[in-house]
Amino acid sequence: MTVGELCDSGKFKVINRGDDTDRQIGAVFCCDLLSIAMSRGIEDAAWVTVMGNINTVAVMALTDMALIVLAEGVQMDAPGLAKAQEEGSCVLASEKPIFDIALEIHELIS
Amino acid sequence: MSDSIELVYEVSGDDFTRAGEASSDVKKKLKLMGVHHDIIRKVSIAMYEGEINMVIHANGGTITVVVSDTDVTMVLADTGPGIPDIEKAMTAGYSTAPENVRNLGFGAGMGLPNMKKYSDEFNIESTVGVGTTVTMKVYLQ
Repeated sequence: MTVGELCDSGKFKVINRGDDTDRQIGAVFCCDLLSIAMSRGIEDAAWVTVMGNINTVAVMALTDMALIVLAEGVQMDAPGLAKAQEEGSCVLASEKPIFDIALEIHELIS
Repeated sequence: MSDSIELVYEVSGDDFTRAGEASSDVKKKLKLMGVHHDIIRKVSIAMYEGEINMVIHANGGTITVVVSDTDVTMVLADTGPGIPDIEKAMTAGYSTAPENVRNLGFGAGMGLPNMKKYSDEFNIESTVGVGTTVTMKVYLQ
């Protein structure tokens, strides 16, 4: 499944669609501590987290993860959203808990 | 032998809205230079952690990146408070980051350990009251 297809699945709120819509989602990664995400983030992963700030966008870009999915109704703050728009990074959001989102995406990409 | 490329970045202190800009820029430039993806990832992680440390602990500083035929060398120099016990600071999980920084998702005590892990050569020199200089090298081969 591509980033664009996940955006169009209707399962998540699309905060920023980004430029990388043809990219295949290869894994799901869950982590809220950015230093751990920095060292363990999986390339091409959908990263499910409750950290919605500019550093989340930076870590996603630096580790080559495919997109961010904000869980638990967390919002991306304004500097984070501006950065995502500037970098062309995909950001989705959901009211659901991290595990539920991760499982749902895992099933979609498997 | 071709010339080395030198990039210099000034990192502002306590400005999380700009933290990561230098690392992102280096990542983009290395990509344009055709550097291997795995090498770029190592450089990005090591440098970003260093950049964040400068913002959190040292009120900013200067990062000099030199790309040669054989390696990428990053020198991160600050005039912050210095590190009293480097061995302790290098311990995974040890952190002196304040609460507001932890709330942003940092302060897990992984910064320096990550920097060492992702660089092929790592050196840290620090004097309390004077500042800290971290030198990291990532080999291109």
